[in-house]
Amino acid sequence: MAASDAPLPENGPTRQAFWNRPWVAPLLVFVLVLASWELLVMIFQPPTFLLPSPSLIWQSLAGQFLALMGYGFNTFMEALGGFVIGCGLGLLTAMLVARSKWLSDLLLPFAIASNSVPIVAMAPIAIVWFGIGPWSKVAIVAVMCFFPTMVSTVRGLTSASPDAIALMNSYAASNWQIFTKLRVPSALPFVFNALKICTAVSMIGAIVAEFFGGAVNYLGIYIKTQASILKTPDAWAAIVVACFYGLAFYFAIVLLERWLMPWHRHREQH
Amino acid sequence: MAESVTSAGELDTTGHSPRRWLWLLLGYLVAFGLIAVVWEGSKALFAIPDYKLPHLAQIAEAFFRPTPKGPTWLILIQDALYTAFEAFVGFTIGSVSGFLIAALFQRYVHVRRGFMPYVIASQTVPIIAVAPMIVVGTGSLGAPPWLSKSIIAAYLTFFPVVINVLRGLESVDRDALLLMRSYAATDNQIFRLLRLPASVPYLFTALKIAATASIIGAIIGELPVGSTRGIGVQIVVGSQYNTFNPGFLWATIIVAALLGMIAYGMVALAERRIVRWKRPES
Amino acid sequence: MPTAPIIAIDKVSRIYGNANATTVALKDVSLTIEKGELISLVGPSGCGKSTLLRLIADLDTPSQGKITVNGHAPEQARKQREYGFVFQAPTLYDWRTVERNARLPLEVMGRPAGEWQARLDKMLAMVGLRDFHQHYPWQLSGGMQQRASIARALSFDPAILLMDEPFGALDEFTRERMNMELLDIWETTHKTILFVTHSIAEAVFLSSRIVVMTPRPGRIAATVNVDLPYPRNFDTREDPRFFELVTQVRETLKEEFVGHV
Repeated sequence: MAASDAPLPENGPTRQAFWNRPWVAPLLVFVLVLASWELLVMIFQPPTFLLPSPSLIWQSLAGQFLALMGYGFNTFMEALGGFVIGCGLGLLTAMLVARSKWLSDLLLPFAIASNSVPIVAMAPIAIVWFGIGPWSKVAIVAVMCFFPTMVSTVRGLTSASPDAIALMNSYAASNWQIFTKLRVPSALPFVFNALKICTAVSMIGAIVAEFFGGAVNYLGIYIKTQASILKTPDAWAAIVVACFYGLAFYFAIVLLERWLMPWHRHREQH
Repeated sequence: MAESVTSAGELDTTGHSPRRWLWLLLGYLVAFGLIAVVWEGSKALFAIPDYKLPHLAQIAEAFFRPTPKGPTWLILIQDALYTAFEAFVGFTIGSVSGFLIAALFQRYVHVRRGFMPYVIASQTVPIIAVAPMIVVGTGSLGAPPWLSKSIIAAYLTFFPVVINVLRGLESVDRDALLLMRSYAATDNQIFRLLRLPASVPYLFTALKIAATASIIGAIIGELPVGSTRGIGVQIVVGSQYNTFNPGFLWATIIVAALLGMIAYGMVALAERRIVRWKRPES
Repeated sequence: MPTAPIIAIDKVSRIYGNANATTVALKDVSLTIEKGELISLVGPSGCGKSTLLRLIADLDTPSQGKITVNGHAPEQARKQREYGFVFQAPTLYDWRTVERNARLPLEVMGRPAGEWQARLDKMLAMVGLRDFHQHYPWQLSGGMQQRASIARALSFDPAILLMDEPFGALDEFTRERMNMELLDIWETTHKTILFVTHSIAEAVFLSSRIVVMTPRPGRIAATVNVDLPYPRNFDTREDPRFFELVTQVRETLKEEFVGHV
């Protein structure tokens, strides 16, 4: 409230502007958190397997960087495979379902309800069906990605306002034209929201599905194994790698979004 | 708040008539019937072995199979309740702390600037992979076994609550704030009378996500070796003995799915009770 | 002028922006308003009429000049709850019923609910919402929502009512009815009302005096005394004098525009 009282804030290139830059505070927090973590570990010296210091995690990461990146890549490929299959099927189903109001009214409640089902707990069934190898993880990820994509896409495809459709009809547009020129562009923001959520879901799904079993050169198995033999720094290093792949995946989708929806770029800022 | 809740009862125009309930029930019965037909039909048609797809009767039989400690369904419910307890503790801790942090972020812009990017990034990153370490770590400290599961559940609850509640606290429009200013309201009054109620629908959006997520968190926490109770343990047992008792794995997963849906349903029900002022949808 | 004016505005300017780019929203505006007047600020968008209202309400601060509200600086007046403000949007809180929305200022100001309940009921009855106490905002029409917000502004009995295009979003018929109701309220409560509008006819119909404002920079072009007798009714709008006054205001605005383009 006090800030709005000032009639004419002098916003020159002063010291204040430096602190207001978007990256300054996060960077400060990052450094402070790491430093105090390191310091606390140095002072209280908890057992390494309980809380390793950042420097120890860094050593572990540097020592087996290529191996971990390789495990990460294997897990990422599971996530990507499931993402492509799940989101792809979700998109296709949505396009079919959105054509009929009756069909979408019938199916959407079930798709939404699936949100409340812990799908990842079904990993053992996927293992029974598709084997202990990567395909069971791909299957779980695909199921996890399918529903949010389908629900969002149906919502997006039906989001065009009656007026916008009336406008198209006033041009005597064909159904196909209404679909490509109106419904698809207005669905894109919904679709990309779902895809962005699915990048996180797919990495999480792949890693957690690996907790149920699999080969050792995958991140989830590696983390679970190293944690159980108390090699915690290794497990933390693996998590850093998992975060790297997760963020890279996310930003790849963001780039795709900006490329396909240039008109939405400005609104992204908020 | 109390009087508006009671008085709003008469205004509820979305009430379900018994007739509608009947139709819904019929719809579900038909749906389940169809699933059963497809299930058994494809099993017969493609000769799918029992360990991949058991007969529905085998799943039912697995529920009622007696064990030394009682019938299986009773054991599964006990384990589900244990998991629900772990999840509930985590859900409570996560949502309360998430709410407080969101309020803090709302008040102090600099704190928010520093931490918010990480809160958002946490949603795109599989940090849940720390679960095994939390289990091993707290176990070694001699903490009760449910605590690690609750911590994981709390973690999964915390972030969506922070993000959504902050969005809710900031969702008030400019004129609504100016109105408060025209009354010379204090910051605390603005928070209590304007921001807090405005954030409630957003809070529930987060809590619905968190309800299921906290169950998932508790189950994930039960996966590592050494856990003895909870539906997650039963799922692992079920997958190990699947060839001997093919219905049991499915039984455990059905219970887990129901647990998630019940948790979600309870939050959704609370939302309908508390958020009475919204225009009914569609 | 027998007594001290209830609102005095002395050479007030409001400049927005920073060192690089500035917009002069108001330049050297002076105006005095007597107790019990119903004054309209009328003019095209960008003429600073809403800005002036917000300066009086201390929802914004002048860059230069001085404003006195009931003998106090605007901030003081705001803290002493001298005025009620009505926005263009009803700005009702979704989660409160009509009655509890109207009670909001009383809660903020810590006024005892019991003592003020009778007044609250009276205000809601006056704006025609007697049977809608327990309704939520989404259950009301736009006109009813705005009535509720007027009841809310009057609930704590402020001396001044500041209204920022309150009927701008309503259809013509609802708007004319609301005009009549506002005049009724004014005549029964003897409040000083400052009313911002971009409708010349609305300004003429309601006001005892019209302040005509023009943009770039926002300033007062003329003040017009409206000598139509109160109480006014539907016939007033057909009175030849009504048309003369509308034309007079319109001419003032036209001159200003021609002079500036």
